[in-house]
Amino acid sequence: MTPRIELRTSPHVVKGASVETIMFNVVLALLPIAAFSVWQYGLSALASLITVVLACIGSERLFNKLSGQHNTLSDWSATITGLLLALSLPPAFPLWMGVVAGFAAIALGKALFGGIGFNVMNPALVGRAFVQAAFPVAITTWIPAFSPQRFSEFAPTTFTTPLMQPPDISVWAKQALDGFTGATPLARWKFENVLATPMDFISGSVTASAGETSAILILLCGAYLAVRKFMDWRIPVAILGSAALTAQVFQMIDPARYPDPLFVLLSGGIMLGAVFMASDMATSPVTPKGVWIYGALIGVLTVMIRYFGGLTEGVMYAILIGNALAPLIDQVTQPKVFGQVKGKKA
Amino acid sequence: MAIPGQKQRSNVEELLEGIWKQNPVFVMVLGMCPVLAVSVSAVNALSMGLATTFVLVASTLLVSALRNVIPKEVRIATYILIIATFVTVVDYLIQAISLAVYDALGAFIQLIVVNCIILGRAEAHASKNPPLKSVINALGMGAGFTIGLLALGSVREILGAGKLFGIALFGPEFQPWVVMVLPPGGFFVLGAWLLLFNWLNIRKAKPAAIQSAEARA
Repeated sequence: MTPRIELRTSPHVVKGASVETIMFNVVLALLPIAAFSVWQYGLSALASLITVVLACIGSERLFNKLSGQHNTLSDWSATITGLLLALSLPPAFPLWMGVVAGFAAIALGKALFGGIGFNVMNPALVGRAFVQAAFPVAITTWIPAFSPQRFSEFAPTTFTTPLMQPPDISVWAKQALDGFTGATPLARWKFENVLATPMDFISGSVTASAGETSAILILLCGAYLAVRKFMDWRIPVAILGSAALTAQVFQMIDPARYPDPLFVLLSGGIMLGAVFMASDMATSPVTPKGVWIYGALIGVLTVMIRYFGGLTEGVMYAILIGNALAPLIDQVTQPKVFGQVKGKKA
Repeated sequence: MAIPGQKQRSNVEELLEGIWKQNPVFVMVLGMCPVLAVSVSAVNALSMGLATTFVLVASTLLVSALRNVIPKEVRIATYILIIATFVTVVDYLIQAISLAVYDALGAFIQLIVVNCIILGRAEAHASKNPPLKSVINALGMGAGFTIGLLALGSVREILGAGKLFGIALFGPEFQPWVVMVLPPGGFFVLGAWLLLFNWLNIRKAKPAAIQSAEARA
C-alpha cells in the first residue's frame, strides 16, 4: 500500500476551475434542456434558441468593441445568457422580439455594469423583464407542445416582420392540437381553478415557456453542476424548499383554494430559475448563511407573487429582487472571525 | 456688473451655453421631474419645453431688470413670486389654446414654479448680468431644455406608439413597446441619451488631450 503522503516539492496548490471551465460546463448542462425543448416544440423553439443566442453574442461583441475591452466571447457567459433567455421565453416568441430581449439582456443587464462578474442582476432575467414590460401580449402567447406538425412548419408568430404585431394564433393553435386552450397550468389554476397533474408536467405536455417543463432533466443537469462544484447546491435547495414549505402552509390553511406543493414546484419557471438563474455566481450572496437567506427569500416571494400578484408567474421578479438584495445579505451575514471580540473592529 | 477676473462672454457664447455646453437636460441633468413625466409624446414634450422657455425668458428679464432693487435678504422669495406670476400666465394660456395638451401635462404646468433650471438661472445668471445678456442666456437654456425634452419625447413616442407628433409612421400593424410610455421607459431613454452625449464629449476631448500631450513632449 502506498503511503498517502504528498511527496512532491511545493507549491502544493491545486488550480481552481477557471471561469471558462465553469461556464462551458453550464452550457453543457443547458444543452439537454434545450434539446428537450426543441423536441417538444419543434422548429419554432429551435429558431428562437439560435436567434436569441446569436443576439446575445453579437451584443456582447459590440459592447466589447465600444468599451475597448478584450473579446470576452470565449468565456461562454453570453452564450449562457442567450440560452437561459431563450428557454425562459415562449417557444413561438417572434424572433425580432427575441433579438430585442437579447440586446436588452446584455446591454442593460451586463455591459452597463462593466461586463462579466460586475452585473448586479441576472442578465437573462433583465432581458426577459424588459420584453415582459414592452410586449406583454406576445410573451404570454403560447403554442401547444408535441403538435404533430412541429417539425414541418413554424408557428405563424415566429417570423413576424420586425416592429410589427405578431398575428393572432388561436385558430392555428387549435388546428395544430385539438382542445388547446392557450393558457399555462399556472394561469388555468389561477383563473379556472383547474390543476394539471404531475404526469402532465413530467411528460412535458403542458403549455409553457420553451425550457421550463422538463423538471427531471433540469434537476439532473443541476445535479451534474453541483457534483462538479460548479454551482452552489444550497441555493436551489433553499428556493425549492422554501417554496414548497410556503405552499404547504397555504394548503393547510385552505386546501380548496391553494394547490399542493408538488404543483408549485413543477409548474412555471421555478425549477429552471432556481437551478440555473438564481445560482449565478456574480449575482448571489457568498456567505454560507447568506446563501440560505437568499434562497428562502426567493422561494417565498415566488409563491407570494403567484398567489396574490396580478401575474400568474412570479419567479422572474422574485429572483431579480433576490439579486438586488444579495449585496445587503452578504453585508449583514459576514461570518465572525475566530477569536474576534464583539464591538471591536477586526 | 462683470465679475473681476472673468472674461466677458459674447452674446453667441451666452446663447450656445444652454444649447450645448451646459444643456440643462443632458449636461446639468436639471428639471428631471417634468423631463421624465411629460416626455411620453413629442407634442407634450414640445409644449412643456415652450412653456418653460416662456417662463424662463420672462422671469429672467424681470429679475435682471430689478436686480439692483431687490434686497439681498429676500431675493429667493422675490424670484419665486416673479416666476409664479409667469407660470400663472402660461397656465391660463395653455388652457385657452389647447385643453387636450393642458390635460396631458396636468400638474406639471404649475410645477414649472419649482423647476430648478428657472430659479437657478435667476440666481446664478440674471441677478448678475444686464437684461439683454440674461434674456439671450435664458433663450439658449430654454432651447436646450426643449431640445432635451423633444429628444426624449420623440424616441418614446416612436417606440411606444409608432407615431411622431401624432402621425403614424409604421402603419396599423405596429407593435407598441408598452414599456416606453411607462416610467421605466423614460429612464431608459434618458440614460441612452446621456450615454450618447457623454460619449460624444469624451471623443471630442480626446484628440485635444493627445495634442496638448504632444505639444509638451
